This record gives sequence, C-alpha cells and structure tokens, in this order.
Amino acid sequence: MAKVEKIILPGGIIDRPGSSIEYKTGTWRVKKPVVDLDRCIGCLLCWIYCPEPAITQRSDGKIEFDYDYCKGCGICSVECPVKAIKMVEE
Amino acid sequence: MSLLQPKILKPMSTSEAIAYAVKQANVDVIAAYPITPQTIIVERLSEYVNNGELDAEYVAVESEHSAMSACVAASLTGARVFTSTASQGLALMHEVLYVASSLRCPVVMAIANRALSAPINIHCDHSDVMGSRDAGWVHIFVENAQQAYDRIFQAFRLAEDDDILLPVGVNLDGFFLSHAVEGVATISDSEAALFLPPRKAKYYIDSSMPMTFGAFALPDWYFEIKYQVAEAIERVPKKLAEVEEAYYKMTGRMYGPVGAYRTEDAEVCLICAGSAAATAKFAVERMRGKGIKVGLLSIRLFRPFPVESILPHVKDAKALVVMDRAMSPGAPSAPLGQDVKTMLYDAGLNIPVANFVYGLGGRDISASEFESIINSVIEDLRAGKPIERRVRYWGVKA
Repeated sequence: MAKVEKIILPGGIIDRPGSSIEYKTGTWRVKKPVVDLDRCIGCLLCWIYCPEPAITQRSDGKIEFDYDYCKGCGICSVECPVKAIKMVEE
Repeated sequence: MSLLQPKILKPMSTSEAIAYAVKQANVDVIAAYPITPQTIIVERLSEYVNNGELDAEYVAVESEHSAMSACVAASLTGARVFTSTASQGLALMHEVLYVASSLRCPVVMAIANRALSAPINIHCDHSDVMGSRDAGWVHIFVENAQQAYDRIFQAFRLAEDDDILLPVGVNLDGFFLSHAVEGVATISDSEAALFLPPRKAKYYIDSSMPMTFGAFALPDWYFEIKYQVAEAIERVPKKLAEVEEAYYKMTGRMYGPVGAYRTEDAEVCLICAGSAAATAKFAVERMRGKGIKVGLLSIRLFRPFPVESILPHVKDAKALVVMDRAMSPGAPSAPLGQDVKTMLYDAGLNIPVANFVYGLGGRDISASEFESIINSVIEDLRAGKPIERRVRYWGVKA
C-alpha cells in the first residue's frame, strides 16, 4: 500500500494541474475514423461535432485525427456531409 | 491542570455538551439541517455563532444532502467542519457520506440515533447509523453526556490526523442521551486550544496552487482510492489510543475502544452499544451480587470494529449475548451480531452467540429485562441445551 500511496495522494487528489493530458483516452477506441482526403471538403462540421476534441485542421484546410484522444465514437463519420470519414476496425 | 482542580460539574443535556465542545473545538464551518432529536445541538451552535461566541460560518442549508455536501466542500478548503443529524437526515445524506470518506474529509458529525420511517417515529434506535456503516466513516458510540463531550475533541484530533483523514461519527442515543441532563466536567478554552490546535491540512483548495479534488476515476484507479479508505480506517485503533492518552493526561478521563465491566471470569458476556450499556451495567452488578458470573462489554468504537480489544474479554466465555438496537431483515444476524460472529469465526472460536434485537423506535429496556435475557442463556447452558443461534426479537408483541 505504501507504494500505491506514493502514486495516488489521499482521496485521489491530483496536485499537478493539466496532467489529464497524460491520460490517453484513445485506448478506449474499438473502431477508428479514417478520412478520405480526396473527398474531404474541409467544412469542419466534424471538428464542430467532435466531443473530445480530437480533430484538427491541417495547413491545406483538410482534417486529421488525434488518435491519442479519439475514443472512436463515430459522430464525425455520421455527420460528414460528403461521407469522407469511415469507421474501420483497429 | 484540571486534574488538580476540584471537579465542578456543569448541568447539560448531551446535546448541549456536544454543542459546547464543538464551540471550544473552534470549528470553522457548520452546515446543518435541524432534525429531532439532534435539533438542540445545531440550535445551540447557531446561537453561539449569532451572539459572537463562536467565529464560524454557519450554513443553514435546505436539506441534509446539502448539509453534507457543504461540509465536504468546506473540509476540502482545510477548514474544521462539524455537522449533526439523525434518522431520515442521515439517510438523506447517505450518498455524500461516501464522498466525505473517499475524499478524505475529516468532518465530525454527531448522530442522535433515531429510528427510520415507516412508521414515522422520533425515538431512539440504531437503524440510522447501521444503514450507513459501510460508508467508510469512523463511528464512536457514547454512553452519557460526559463521554459525548470528551469524544468531540478526540474525534476532531483523530479525524484530522494526516495518517487518518477520515470523517468521524459520534453516535448518541436520541432522547435517552440527547435530551437527558447530566453533570459534565468541562475543560477550559485554553486546554481545548492546546489539545486541538487549528487544523493544518496538507492538501486543500487554494487558487494559488491549483489541484484537482474529486476527479473521475476509472476501473484502473477507483479500486486503489477506495482501498486507501480501508487502509486508513485500520490505523484508527492505534491513533485513537494516542489521542486518548493525550486527553487522559489533561483530564484524567479515558474510555478506550470498548468499555469492559466484570468480564474477567464471566461465563456469559453481554455486548451492546450506546446508552443501554449503563442499564446493562446495573443488571450485571446486581447479578454479580447474586454470585452469577456475567460481564458486560460496551462497544465504544464501532468502526473500525475493535476486534483486538474485544477478544481478550470474551474468548473464555461460554456464551455471548449480543444486543442490537437495529435489525437487518433477512440477514443471518443483526448488525452487531454479524460483527461479533465474524470476529469469533476469524479467531477460531465457536462460542454460541444469542443475538437479540431490542428497543426499536425508542422502546425502553430495563435492567430486569437484561437479567431475564442473561438468565435464559445461563439456564440453557446449565441444562446443556444448545443456545438459539438465530436472531431473536426481544419484547416484541407477537
């Protein structure tokens, strides 16, 4: 237990602000979104809908995913107006 | 020191004694909702705050759920926090009790034990605290106003210790104790301040050093954070002994995790908690006068269950009588009976336990009734009859 107490403070207090970034929620994913860049029109509707947010815009205006934090919810794939995002097995 | 001073007793109800101790403990925040039979405690405290005798924030909340929520938040800022409730009020704060213990908030709460509805009833039994006994709180039972007064100081010092950091419930029997006036020996404000200096929290909410309190925990860490509570509560008996030793040096009063009376050669030992212990003590004394070898063990520290302190007193008994002022419908035993039987099994002892539920909804129990219960067990022992091991309901009109 002494070892665990060194890792976790009493009551699970987190004394380093912003450390949740170290928690890679992308490991929860079952399927991952893959974008077809030829179809993507850079409308950023997926960017608006992404609850994480795990979608970023590239310099050419099209999108890319941050797989460290994408949980694979699939909302982007449903909302994409040009059907450019497919959910594929990991 | 008070040991050398003549003992001056102040007449106080147990509720008033608790409120006076809380004032002397110099609490920072009180968040409470009045409920019978605890009302006098928070009423006195609100008067102390109102008339300037106590410099504390008194939060008049709209429910007990809010009371405990406010206590948790205040405690996380490093404040010394007190509240009080009973019965339905404790039931209403149930979910927040777990938050208080798992976020390691050293809140002290007086619980004026009262029956739970239905039927609605305002009188004493232990159903309220027994329904909350797995919430990770330390629970102490008191037998009189003096113990209640003294335990408040001990409870704060125990709760706020960095090795413990757990909330503590000080349980007093509703009406039997809460409204009974007795002479109470008090300590001076300076003695109180010496025994209980202002709380020094290691981690607390402070915008200049941001931390996260009450973060979400998933299956990968939830278990470990809960395990910390189990580990911390196991440290209580040793720490409480230290706290009691310090209090003893100041006042000459010490109670221990159990109150044992004539257990040394007892063939039958009666175990109970709360104000009934005084009645039972009277019964034991009377029976001893007749040469009957009986003893009494009053459970003063209920959580953690002080197995190491109980066993030496009961291990040589031929039978135990466990009196429960609460029931656990459908369970193999009533709450205290369950704990005692588990303890005996773990110690490899097969001492028969006669488990009685008594006094629900404030029904009184007399010394003669205790004698009858003990005598019936002794008769069975003498006749070589097996002791009934299923829970029985004492005095119920059936």
